[in-house]
Amino acid sequence: MSAINPDQIHDVEAEKPLVSMRVADIGVALLFLAASGIVIADSIRLGFEWRENEGPAPGYFPFYVAVVMALASVVNLIRALPASEDGAAPMTSVQGFGRMSAIFVPAVVYVAAIAFIGIYVASALYIATFMLFVGKFALWKAIAVAGGVSIVSFLMFEVWFLVPLPKGPLEAAFGF
Amino acid sequence: MEELAALAGGFAVAVTPYNIALMVLGIVLGVVIGVLPGLGGANGVAILLPLTFSMEPTSAIIMLTSIYWGALFGGAITAILFNIPGEPWSVATTFDGHPMAQKGKADEALVGAFTSSFVGAIFAVALITFLAPAVAKFALKFGPAEFFAVQFLTFASFIGMGRGSPAKTIASMCLGFALACVGLDGVTGSLRMTFGHEELLNGFKFLVAVIGLFGIGEILTSMEDGLKFSGADAKLKMDAVIRTWRQLPKMTGTFIRSCIVGCWMGITPGGATPASFMGYGLAKRFSKNGKNFGKGELEGVVAPETAAHAAGTAAMLPMLTLGIPGSPTAAVLLGGLLIWGLQPGPLLFVEQKDFVWGLIASMYMGNVVGLVIVLTCVPLFAAILRVPFSIIAPAIVVVCAIGAFTVNNAMFDVWMMLVFGVLGYLFTKLGYPLPPLVLALVLGDQAESSFRQAMLISQGDVTVFWSNWLCGAIMTLGVVMAFWPIVSGVIAKFRGPDRVAKVA
Repeated sequence: MSAINPDQIHDVEAEKPLVSMRVADIGVALLFLAASGIVIADSIRLGFEWRENEGPAPGYFPFYVAVVMALASVVNLIRALPASEDGAAPMTSVQGFGRMSAIFVPAVVYVAAIAFIGIYVASALYIATFMLFVGKFALWKAIAVAGGVSIVSFLMFEVWFLVPLPKGPLEAAFGF
Repeated sequence: MEELAALAGGFAVAVTPYNIALMVLGIVLGVVIGVLPGLGGANGVAILLPLTFSMEPTSAIIMLTSIYWGALFGGAITAILFNIPGEPWSVATTFDGHPMAQKGKADEALVGAFTSSFVGAIFAVALITFLAPAVAKFALKFGPAEFFAVQFLTFASFIGMGRGSPAKTIASMCLGFALACVGLDGVTGSLRMTFGHEELLNGFKFLVAVIGLFGIGEILTSMEDGLKFSGADAKLKMDAVIRTWRQLPKMTGTFIRSCIVGCWMGITPGGATPASFMGYGLAKRFSKNGKNFGKGELEGVVAPETAAHAAGTAAMLPMLTLGIPGSPTAAVLLGGLLIWGLQPGPLLFVEQKDFVWGLIASMYMGNVVGLVIVLTCVPLFAAILRVPFSIIAPAIVVVCAIGAFTVNNAMFDVWMMLVFGVLGYLFTKLGYPLPPLVLALVLGDQAESSFRQAMLISQGDVTVFWSNWLCGAIMTLGVVMAFWPIVSGVIAKFRGPDRVAKVA
């Protein structure tokens, strides 16, 4: 893994471009159109006509909202299509994407892990891993910070404010 | 002057040692949230909301609003010392705040920023004190048509007063409405857009959306660009306070202009961010020192800070009186009120007098306490920024995950938070505004049901929205706002292109 140092300013524009603004704009506009399509399809199933003594059918409001969303997205799409100087600017670079993945991919694993080992252990592991591999901290520092954050949140939620969070086998071993 | 008597009663409710302690805690947490990247007013309050479930509503809202005041104060610290706006509304503060810090006048800039924040907030609270009861009394007569008209105006203002592309604003807003429709339809009981998924039965929780869009989204942006705090010194001597305060009376004009702009932008949901830019722009145009703006002029710090704080505070007025929040953070507070079984709106002023006036009194108190805390503790808060981002980033993701889970005790929400995080990143990058999405998600149900009720009463006749002068005036204003980008485009064409260039 190349050095990812988030504690340093990176000039994304100067790095190897990954996605241009234009492509991203087109992609998001299409995403909006797809969302409009889903909503319109379900609204048609629900009905968007006027019903006697009932008023507008359940699909009425979402149907027109989705139609407006689709129209606005078509405008956005048409605006994004022609190649322009602004559109050619990179939205993110290869390295920038790598740095974002460094926090996001482990976050996905972390959320998946919560169901099995509980939120406190998963949080400690997540913070410690990030500190070790991305922040290049010494092992004891990573353990101290990660453990500290988890223990403080455990006390705060489970003990002081009595808000139960997902717990795993470790907490069960301590009787929680 | 019955408002003053009610306010005195409110102080009696709000000023207890327990509440003051919560206020101090809230403000400290708020400043920390305002200083840290990835945590802002809206998602910070959203995450801390569950901590208040076991409290009394009055104490809970005091703590939550204090977090909000703290976040408003906190944004200025990073803006001035590190040229990094901790909050979107402190972007305009960096224009003159950071140059002042570079000239070694960081202390004056900070004192100026905090003091003007305070002035803006107090102005807005005074406005709330005297205007809110009147608005609430007036709104008691509102029927579904009037409520829909007000909601329509709210959303139309986003289109008319937004800074970005109107088509993107509309798309973002409609996505919010569409997401709000998901789940059980309150009027007919049919399931909408759930496609057989049980998790979607209750729809999308806007708190989860707020945490994802603002929190995770900002963490992604900060990871992409990297974050380095190499900042000015944050020593604050008491003589700086006096030195700065002596300069402020000269800027009365700027204060007044920014207060008015801020309150206007806060009540109509323009929000604190555009208010700060407008305050800065106005001061630059009208001030004698206008040409020095951008080089480190104290007035250039005062103008946007006053406006931002006035707007942030004034956003509470429509939230309390009409149940329509003026900003994403006010929306989160509204969500909290609903959880405690308080329905914001005109009836709140009749049925929950103690609560409302306790809250308004706490706004005065909170801002006084806040000013004292930030003036005395700036170096401590600035020290937080020395913590490396590789510790802060995963810790904030953890905090966001906990916050998203506690909204509904559901893992599904934590997954949705990640999805909203990616959306938040993309939308911010591409200029899709987030506040319309959040507010549409919050108000979607209400707007839809007032629309359906109004239509039912009129038997499908759209002219019901123009059936009386009040409703008609609000609707007409809303329609003008909604089509303002087109109207102003046509006007600009008639006047010739060179004028447009100047305005832009």
